[in-house]
Amino acid sequence: MVRNNKQTISNMAKGLAVIVLFLIIWEVAAVIINNNYILPRLGDIILVLVHPLASVLGGASLAQNAAVSLREVLTGFICAVAVAVPLGLLIGTSEEIDSYLNAFIQMIRPVPPIAWMPFAIAWFGLGFTSIIFIIFMGAFFPVLINTIDGVHGVRSQWTDVARMFRATSFERVRTVVVPGAMPVIWTGLRVAFAVAWMCVVAAEMLPGTSAGLGFMIMYAYNLGQLQVIGAGMVIIGIIGLGADMLFRAGQAKFFHWQGRG
Amino acid sequence: MMEPVLSVRDLKKTFAGDEQECKVLQGISFDAVPGEILCIMGTSGCGKSTSLRMIAGLETIDSGTISTHEYQGMGPARVAMVFQDDALFPWLNVRDNISYGLTLGSERVPEEVASKRVADLLDLVRLTSFSTYYPYQLSGGMKQRAAVARALAVQPGILLMDEPFSALDPFTRRELQDEIIRIRDAASAAGHPVAILLVTHNPEEAVYLADRIIVLSDRPATIHGLIDVRLPHPRSISDRDFLVIREEVTGLVKR
Repeated sequence: MVRNNKQTISNMAKGLAVIVLFLIIWEVAAVIINNNYILPRLGDIILVLVHPLASVLGGASLAQNAAVSLREVLTGFICAVAVAVPLGLLIGTSEEIDSYLNAFIQMIRPVPPIAWMPFAIAWFGLGFTSIIFIIFMGAFFPVLINTIDGVHGVRSQWTDVARMFRATSFERVRTVVVPGAMPVIWTGLRVAFAVAWMCVVAAEMLPGTSAGLGFMIMYAYNLGQLQVIGAGMVIIGIIGLGADMLFRAGQAKFFHWQGRG
Repeated sequence: MMEPVLSVRDLKKTFAGDEQECKVLQGISFDAVPGEILCIMGTSGCGKSTSLRMIAGLETIDSGTISTHEYQGMGPARVAMVFQDDALFPWLNVRDNISYGLTLGSERVPEEVASKRVADLLDLVRLTSFSTYYPYQLSGGMKQRAAVARALAVQPGILLMDEPFSALDPFTRRELQDEIIRIRDAASAAGHPVAILLVTHNPEEAVYLADRIIVLSDRPATIHGLIDVRLPHPRSISDRDFLVIREEVTGLVKR
């Protein structure tokens, strides 16, 4: 146990070392280039970051923009999960439905979510709903594919036990398929959230938005304020990392039963 | 002789293969009575497991009948099965695994009945102090004991066991064999005698446990021989009578 703790600390130190090295290289380069329109100094970026509640470039604050993005991501993500998990369970448990939908899904899946933007704008107009739709398209497939994979990974002996006890098909799904597939579904949620987070920033950069981190970055770009862009990227990274850590913590808590043996 | 709790008549099964059909069972008939241990033996792939799965309702029947008879005034006897590897649900602890069957609509019993029954079963398979453990924290033998308790929770008249000890080391295997006899006796003493149908390919195991041994022929399987094992428990594997019967069984399986 002591050795494990030591290992964890040493791993964290290694991770930190690379980040520090990156920052040093950045700062040295910024000093050498000495042009705020190409590479802003770290100090300027930090100055934006330490005032999260202050208005940025006369608009919303960093925190407000982050909150807008986060709200959009959560809305799109939850909608995607609400559709993808039940559909994945259906496809995973029914070969018949799978044979109908598989080719269709595989064809739509590789389309980058952002490519839907023109359609989204045509269907839903500029703004919130279109952004939610883009996030939905981004988060939907990782959840769907992982749910199907998770269901396929449920051991037939587990379902045999349920059948042997005369479980109805609904009971079988509820008591065996869902819990058995859950660790894989969870991984899908984790991946989907990361994709959703990338989608929101990209979607907000498109015309018609007036808030959000993506909008803030684009706005700052138009004004040549690269330190704001840097600060926006740092916030995006931190929120992404935080979400990933939450998902990992959830994995350790909910799926400890996977054990090691 | 007691009334049979299970009657199998002229059971036939053919699997549709890729190129040709594969005849597995060619007319199998037998009865099982409550309280007896009936071992089904045969070479691997002869259809032993298929027969059990058909009795458990996990496999369709081509022709023939499987009837479960009235059991203790509770309707047709319940069938429960213990699988080759424990097949415990890894996301449930031991207690919840054992009570699983009792949480389903078709088997549901009042909460206090369920918890009493699970407590008794935990006691029976000596896992009381492990009731909150998860399967990954248990040894192979403990897992299989939990799986037996899970099957017994629905108070089956017929307990099917498909090579239940094949994944265990020899010491644990012997321990579990003794456990099965103890559980059978305990069930009978408690007034719920259960017919145990146990599939094995190990002649020694069959003679150690069984009251009767059914030997199946190679595919397509028919009943090759039926042997009564009239030896008192506990049996000694080096006993002369034991060895004689074991040789007889081995001979039948090989032929």
